[in-house]
Amino acid sequence: MGIIKTDKLVFEYIRRDEEGNVEGITRAVDEVDLDIAQGDFVAILGHNGSGKSTLAKHINAILYPTEGTVWVDGMDTQDEKQLWDIRQEAGMVFQNPDNQIIGQVVEEDVGFGPENMGVPTEEIWQRVEESLKAVGMYEFRKYSPNKLSGGQKQRVSIAGVIAMHPKCIILDEPTAMLDPNGRREVIRAVRALNDVEGITIVLITHYMEEIIHADKVFVMDQGRIAMQGTPREIFSQVEKLKGLRLDVPQVTLLAYELQKSGVALPDGILTVEELVKELSAVYHRG
Amino acid sequence: MLRDITLGQYYQTESVIHKLDPRVKLVATICFIISLFVVKSWVGYAVAAVFLAVMIKLSNVPFKYMVKGMRAIVFILLITVVFNLFLTPGETVFSVWKLKITREGVQLAVMMAVRLSFLIVGSSVMTLTTTPNSLTDGMEKLMRPLKIFKVPVHEVAMMMSIALRFIPILLEETDKIMKAQIARGADFESGNLVKKAKALVPLLVPLFISAFRRANDLAMAMEARCYRGGEHRTKMKPLKYAARDRIAYGVLAAYFALCIVVRIYL
Amino acid sequence: MSIILDHVDYVYGGDTALAVHALRDVNLVIPDGQFIGLIGHTGSGKSTLVQHLNGLLKPTGGNIYFNGEDIHAQDYDKKKLRSKVGLVFQYPEHQLFETDVFSDVCFGPKNLGLSRQEVELCAYAALKQVGIEDEYFYQSPFDLSGGQKRRVAIAGVLAMKPDVLILDEPTAGLDPRGRDEILDQIARLKEETGITVILVSHSMEDVAKYVERIIVMNRGSVLYDDTPVEVFKHYKKLEEVGLAAPQVTYIMQALYRNGMPVRTDATTIEEARREILRVLGRQ
Repeated sequence: MGIIKTDKLVFEYIRRDEEGNVEGITRAVDEVDLDIAQGDFVAILGHNGSGKSTLAKHINAILYPTEGTVWVDGMDTQDEKQLWDIRQEAGMVFQNPDNQIIGQVVEEDVGFGPENMGVPTEEIWQRVEESLKAVGMYEFRKYSPNKLSGGQKQRVSIAGVIAMHPKCIILDEPTAMLDPNGRREVIRAVRALNDVEGITIVLITHYMEEIIHADKVFVMDQGRIAMQGTPREIFSQVEKLKGLRLDVPQVTLLAYELQKSGVALPDGILTVEELVKELSAVYHRG
Repeated sequence: MLRDITLGQYYQTESVIHKLDPRVKLVATICFIISLFVVKSWVGYAVAAVFLAVMIKLSNVPFKYMVKGMRAIVFILLITVVFNLFLTPGETVFSVWKLKITREGVQLAVMMAVRLSFLIVGSSVMTLTTTPNSLTDGMEKLMRPLKIFKVPVHEVAMMMSIALRFIPILLEETDKIMKAQIARGADFESGNLVKKAKALVPLLVPLFISAFRRANDLAMAMEARCYRGGEHRTKMKPLKYAARDRIAYGVLAAYFALCIVVRIYL
Repeated sequence: MSIILDHVDYVYGGDTALAVHALRDVNLVIPDGQFIGLIGHTGSGKSTLVQHLNGLLKPTGGNIYFNGEDIHAQDYDKKKLRSKVGLVFQYPEHQLFETDVFSDVCFGPKNLGLSRQEVELCAYAALKQVGIEDEYFYQSPFDLSGGQKRRVAIAGVLAMKPDVLILDEPTAGLDPRGRDEILDQIARLKEETGITVILVSHSMEDVAKYVERIIVMNRGSVLYDDTPVEVFKHYKKLEEVGLAAPQVTYIMQALYRNGMPVRTDATTIEEARREILRVLGRQ
């Protein structure tokens, strides 16, 4: 069993009208089976309202399944005795950088998680230092979070999670509110954690460029997993992705358009270098 | 305009006052406020003024910055002064129409103004030099005895700390929503009181919604980071008195004694 | 009919050491009917600039003219200006406050003092322009999806019948389809009504696809003001100031370096496709 596993996970919530009468039941997550191996970089794609955030919140035991089961490192998230262990092992980073920083000073915020876990004072300092260095924010440790850019705030949030020494980190659209530079900063930090520290990453996003380096991609639609595979496999299905309200990186789209116009190119081109290599070959062949 | 309110916001710099234990600063602030009501004479105020001036100097926070934070309070200050000026009975020195200004009134007004502004500046020295987190830590520890009476000391302290962190964010948000509604032709300035109050609806509704959304997000983020109240918690920065804190308590005691002496003998 | 910025400066933070020079000597002419992209990294002054265009901020130096009149002249009607120069802020759905969609959209025209009938006509037309169907009119705006809320909020500004529409990152946080829908709708609106549109965006791909003129801001000054093709020729300089060119620009440059005789000034996928096919002799 992988670090994160779900079995026929279903989550339903009841919609009520203004008087509190039941209007209907919405199935936000519908029979999802996931199995994520330790050390993987997994991306979950999906349009707004596809159920990807709801799914993510199950991994950290913020939401509990209506039906089915979620295991984190072998622990059932519905087992209350293990709740705090689960939350420590599966850290979570949210979308809005302002709404998840608790401390008034960067270092105090990063120390918040370890404090809650009852880590001894000296070790907290050690963890704070390590975590801030891991995301390249150590020099800002004395700053007020309000003085940081969006990308920097998100890196602080990530450091706050790393300080709890998790085995995996779930990032729920961490870049949705950032500018392109902030997005790059955050993704670079996340990739480094995966490469260097071997932390399992679950990245939820709808920016296609961010998932090119993922080991595996899941695409969600209406609470179900609509597609899964490597980025190349996913991006070679341009029309299907468009049908799911998503798109592909410009380079993939250009390759796809050229293919449609009769140029012999392989499916699912992901980078500029690949496209240039393939096109040059076509050109020089004549 | 809204960003000018600096009251209560931590000012980052290095100083002796910054390094003091927050408990010392809390006790000192309370003592200072009491001392303002202990002294009655000008000599007493002079003593308080000197004490305050030394503290400001030691804090390394520019005086200009502190005064800027006071602008918001000027209105309250003015009301107090006007009330005291006109409503204190005594020997008339000046009268306009039915309003009389008395010698006692002038004295009281000036005294109140001095007291109030000392009080505000005094407490802002504390908030400017202490991060809200350590301030609430200090409060939590000072109030620990109240736990016997089932007062949720840690929770109260945490609430205050979060409130302080979100004040600047909500102010900025207010500014943004206000601008957005002005761009849609809203008018927050003209009209009578009823009209003005009505004009606030397009500002307040979005602001409340946003505050609730933030509260919701924050609660989730805290839970995700294993927050479960004060139990099992350790401290990153546990409070420990150092030599300078003991000296500070000594200085404080001396100041307070002096105030009492001044009250009795001068 | 135009907006003219004449040597506009804006400093905030007063005379203290913390004063920030947010705009420096900005000179721009914005004639009727253009589709303009305004780009620059965070803190480059673009948000400050757009708030000057409808008089929310007053320049500390220089003048702004709308249709030949100084908007900060003593007796100039600011409210009228704000109805003519509509500004849609980032995440505009955060300003919705009424109990139903239709009333919220009515807020703008009502503030202009129009009759009830006119107000409702304006609101109706605006909601249609952003593609909100009648069935949603009497729902609470808070029950709509993210993309719908955003469109209702944009309708709230359109209902004032502006001549100039400024949108500050109208697609932030939306999924790819939601983004395309909003931008297509804006482009169609511009086509149909001929209003001036200023699109503030972080996405070079979006800007390249839709606009005819790009203004690049850097440190409070105008760095470039030209057609997309011309602006993106400076892609190296754009990178220096924290921006970039659309990905296709890099593809064309790389192809050229690899010995394919393509023109390197394509900025959209369609242009790139045609150019590559031309060089490959497939057309």
